[in-house]
Amino acid sequence: MFPIVESREIAKNVFFQKIQAPRVAKKRKAGQFLVLRKGEQGERIPLTIVNSDPVEGTVTIIFQVVGKSTAELSQMKAGEALQDVVGPLGLATHVENFGTVVCVCGGIGTAPLLPIATSIKNAGNKLVSIVGARNKDLIILEDEMKAISDELIVTTDDGSYAKKGFVTTALQEMIDAKTKIDLVIAIGPVPMMRAVSEVTRPHNIKTMVSLNPIMVDATGMCGACRVTVGGETKFVCVDGPEFDGHLVDFKELTMRNRAYLREEKVAMEKFEHKDGKCMGGSN
Amino acid sequence: MAEITPKPRPKPFSIPRQPMPEQPASVRVKNFNEVPYGFTADLAVLEAQRCIQCKNPACVKGCPVSVKIPEFIDLVAKGKFAEAARKIKETNALPAVCGRVCPQEEQCEAPCVLGKKGDPVAIGRLERFVADFERVTGNVEIPKPGASTGKKVAIVGGGPAGLTVAGDLVAFGHDVTIFEALHKAGGVLMYGIPEFRLPKDIVQAEVEYIQKCGAKLECDVVIGKTITIDELLEEEGFDAVFVGTGAGLPYFMNIPGENLIGVYSANEYLTRANLMKAYDFPTSDTPLSKVKNVAVVGGGNVAMDSARTAKRMGAENVYLIYRRSKKEMPARIEEIHHAEEEGIDFRLLNNPLQFIGNEDGWVTEVECQVMELGEPDASGRRRPVPVKDSEYKLPVDVVIMSIGNGANPLVPATTPGLDTNKWGNILADQETGKTSKKGVFAGGDIVIGAATVILAMGAGRKAAAAIHDYLMTGNW
Repeated sequence: MFPIVESREIAKNVFFQKIQAPRVAKKRKAGQFLVLRKGEQGERIPLTIVNSDPVEGTVTIIFQVVGKSTAELSQMKAGEALQDVVGPLGLATHVENFGTVVCVCGGIGTAPLLPIATSIKNAGNKLVSIVGARNKDLIILEDEMKAISDELIVTTDDGSYAKKGFVTTALQEMIDAKTKIDLVIAIGPVPMMRAVSEVTRPHNIKTMVSLNPIMVDATGMCGACRVTVGGETKFVCVDGPEFDGHLVDFKELTMRNRAYLREEKVAMEKFEHKDGKCMGGSN
Repeated sequence: MAEITPKPRPKPFSIPRQPMPEQPASVRVKNFNEVPYGFTADLAVLEAQRCIQCKNPACVKGCPVSVKIPEFIDLVAKGKFAEAARKIKETNALPAVCGRVCPQEEQCEAPCVLGKKGDPVAIGRLERFVADFERVTGNVEIPKPGASTGKKVAIVGGGPAGLTVAGDLVAFGHDVTIFEALHKAGGVLMYGIPEFRLPKDIVQAEVEYIQKCGAKLECDVVIGKTITIDELLEEEGFDAVFVGTGAGLPYFMNIPGENLIGVYSANEYLTRANLMKAYDFPTSDTPLSKVKNVAVVGGGNVAMDSARTAKRMGAENVYLIYRRSKKEMPARIEEIHHAEEEGIDFRLLNNPLQFIGNEDGWVTEVECQVMELGEPDASGRRRPVPVKDSEYKLPVDVVIMSIGNGANPLVPATTPGLDTNKWGNILADQETGKTSKKGVFAGGDIVIGAATVILAMGAGRKAAAAIHDYLMTGNW
């Protein structure tokens, strides 16, 4: 069992949890993820590791409630324990001194990007961060990103906070201003990563994205997470999660992520109306 | 269940091979319960009495782990079922599993003398019977571990090979830890073979038996990621490592439309259904699409398992698309027979060319072409050749690719000095399991490619003997 040490909501429907998982904490590098399972009937859920403390043996995850399993996870309190935590999985981010790196995060994507951006900064790069979300309430980890960035730009789609517009608008402005950019790393919703890749493509700016397809075992055994990259099928769990955004077939990824929408709805309805009582969900 | 006093032995050859009582096909396609009920005590004794107790038993030579077949069958014939179970366990720690999923017809039963004139003794059914008897009566004897040698061995992978090595090594007195990547040990027995062919509580009972014998088990540890082999040897104090990670990487055909939604690898489909119990959704949280038309591509046991699972998930039409004829199918005859009884639509001499989807990315059709058999190819089977202008389309909602598995790269990729062949399989001596890296042994599918449970166990037994020798002498 893997005890939860800390659990709290850090933005609307976005939760922070610190979990005791010494083996994972000891080994984890930026860019890697874990798979957890709440209990005996639970799904195997892949989540990026945001931080780890090898001394106290903990790992940190930040997740958004999107369906039954994450809703259930969000209700778990400090002191309760998860049945399973497996990791660290996937390849660590390749980090070196590239020059100037722009880290673009959308919504919950800031959580997986924070440790990567930290390594990028520590490797001597100039780090510009663009953090965006639909509205003010969904901006997370702003202070943490600010602390490590040479420059931080915050955007909201609706203008409820900081600069109004999309992260791509801010990135486009940097490009238009002839800022020298050696690498862009974008993590967020699939449409956002796709849009960032399209902004950088005409300028040949290398752009890495971190993909989040449906997974089951996450060790290369089942092939659920396959994605087309440069015309070849890759397994995100062992070949990724990071890929060249200019080569990823985002359309296919978007479609494949919709495979269980119907079943997720069934599970969520059952969860919300357990024993005839409303258990949670949107209000 | 109680042991019984058998009636006097009838003459050999006077008793026919006893059929296995099983769920009728029309009932079993609607549930995930085990298909064969198993022998009753009376049936078991009657079948055991058919054995003529050859002085030089060919059956034992046909068994990869050399189960003492005539001896255990004699005990069954005398009604001493618990003793029979212990006799098997002298060489096979997983009889309830082997009695269900071993290809007995090509191993122990193939050379049976009775088979020359009629039907061989139903060795597998008897093995299953005594294992079940022992478990159900709760009369499982736990052997005492050997005197401690002070040596530590890590087993990578809790499948059939790893469990066998663990069982043998604790008996030799070594301190054994099994590291399993998934949340339950058992490997393919848990995620691959369906509940209706091998109930999961039986697998877990066998895993618990190995633990009671003294082996430690740590789940959720991915060797190569969570810990490397070198760390096991240098930091965690293990004196030897056995790698039994199985065949993990699913193959695809690399034809158009293979990444459409609804196209699964057999590993994913079966893992969802078996390990994650998707048939129990939404009580279990892992879903699996419930659809009308399913195509399974392939002709092995895994293809049969996938097709029969799809039927139980509610599919009306399940097509099994195989590019050769039934004669060349690698699946066991019994499995093919069960699939036919359950209404699987065999599209033999058919090969998929592409999968076609709708605008939402869901697979809707498979385009096939008809094949005919030409000259034998490298595999010795006749090569399928396309028939001109024979293309046609089948409407499908789900496709399950069951054309085999390659080697999982996680361990070789993170273990310097561990040599592999061009397919990524670990190079290991067939007799000892020794690899190119001192102190590291390997066996099962990761060495020989996708094969059977019992071959993995056979490799495990040989490796266990070699590991013991290495630990006691230090000779590599």
